[in-house]
Amino acid sequence: MSQKLLLSAKEIDIILHRLACQLIENHTHFRDTVLIGVQPRGKFLADRIRQILVNEYEVTDIKLGYLDITFYRDDFRRGEKPLEANKTHIDFVVEDKRVVFIDDVLYTGRSIRSALTAVQSFGRPQEIELLTLIDRRFSRHLPIQPNYRGRQVDAINKEKVKVHWVENEGEDAVYLVSGF
Amino acid sequence: MSELSVDHLLGIKYLNKDDINLIFETADHFKEVINRPIKKVPSLRDITIANLFFENSTRTRLSFELAEKRLSADVINFSAAASSVKKGETLIDTVNNILSMKVDMVVMRHPNPGAGVFLSKHVNASILNAGDGAHEHPTQALLDSYSIRERLGEVAGKKIVIVGDILHSRVALSNIFALKLQGAEVKVCGPKTLIPRYIEKLGVTVETDLKKALAWCDVANMLRVQNERMEISYFPSTREYTQQFGVNKKVLESLNKEIVIMHPGPINRGVEITSDVADSNQAIILDQVQNGVAVRMAVIYLLASKIKR
Repeated sequence: MSQKLLLSAKEIDIILHRLACQLIENHTHFRDTVLIGVQPRGKFLADRIRQILVNEYEVTDIKLGYLDITFYRDDFRRGEKPLEANKTHIDFVVEDKRVVFIDDVLYTGRSIRSALTAVQSFGRPQEIELLTLIDRRFSRHLPIQPNYRGRQVDAINKEKVKVHWVENEGEDAVYLVSGF
Repeated sequence: MSELSVDHLLGIKYLNKDDINLIFETADHFKEVINRPIKKVPSLRDITIANLFFENSTRTRLSFELAEKRLSADVINFSAAASSVKKGETLIDTVNNILSMKVDMVVMRHPNPGAGVFLSKHVNASILNAGDGAHEHPTQALLDSYSIRERLGEVAGKKIVIVGDILHSRVALSNIFALKLQGAEVKVCGPKTLIPRYIEKLGVTVETDLKKALAWCDVANMLRVQNERMEISYFPSTREYTQQFGVNKKVLESLNKEIVIMHPGPINRGVEITSDVADSNQAIILDQVQNGVAVRMAVIYLLASKIKR
């Protein structure tokens, strides 16, 4: 297994600030906006974006939730490993809100497809946008594109993009892993 | 560990502690799902489940059907009263006929103990026992433990007394297995005639004085007197049973602590418990019913994930 550093902690920090600013450009006060981190990995990114918005750009009253998509996935019973669920935590109404999905890597688009179905259990949003840190180009199975992207990456299917967070892995970094 | 150790749920006897934990963790997620505005997930849209009820049931059958529908499975229902069983068809033939219509899972209630085990050896489908005679009723025991865990934080170390007709009760047997597996202390209490002779072999203690049993326990699970399974009289009269083994407000107030009251339903109000107890805050009877759907969704989901394409 070999891994190559795609983004360092510094680069991630700059990108997260840019993404936060792009969100502010479109959503200004976030009054009708809700952020939803797609479980399990989108949670960390969503927390960071919220932190930056609140602490550095003084956006108050941000609604942030986490959405688990396990029961909505289309690969139930296809993989070798059974799917394990995570916590869904959405304590606000999604009806008529502008929803921003937040996930770390956009690859085939299937997770986001599941999230689009899952979020409808909580109401009918006015619109749904997608923010991802890494957009793996040319690997989409579905017509899904991000509205906000951190970095575009060209990787072949045999490679894997791994995002590390201080909260979980002890460092902020993005690696391209091959031969796993 | 994120997979059940078994392919069928035939009884608690066949499960291990990790299985129970996995079922409860999965049920937590489904409990969140069934409290959403839209209470349905599409996980099992390619699964067909047959509910075969060879014995009457209201709660369990509705609970299973709801759990299956909330998981988006296709459901077919069958009750023995209106079927070819009456015309002399055997169990294996009945089930194989149903399975030839491409059914993946069978939920079965049957008056004969071991019917589920028998079926699992002869047909090619995942079998879920919804009660087999006086043998086991595993999903009831799971939802009982789940409700105790919800109310008291955990099951391990808790003292639980099962009161009433232990002899004819599949709920009692499954509960004893489930509670012992999770490290609880279990006592059974009832008229001597309704307590099986060698029950201590299962690691439980026996008490015939209800007040002593209640003073000892954290949770009392009150069972229904199963008149339909009794061919002879096991106690002189219902009134005498109520006097000795019925729980009322007065008995509960005489204890110097608040215990949790459970009942698997259907309640004979005024026999095993009085209405004021059944409707009090100490009783978690309706929580049990709600948890029943979540726990059954978890069991069905986990068993379905073991069915390979």
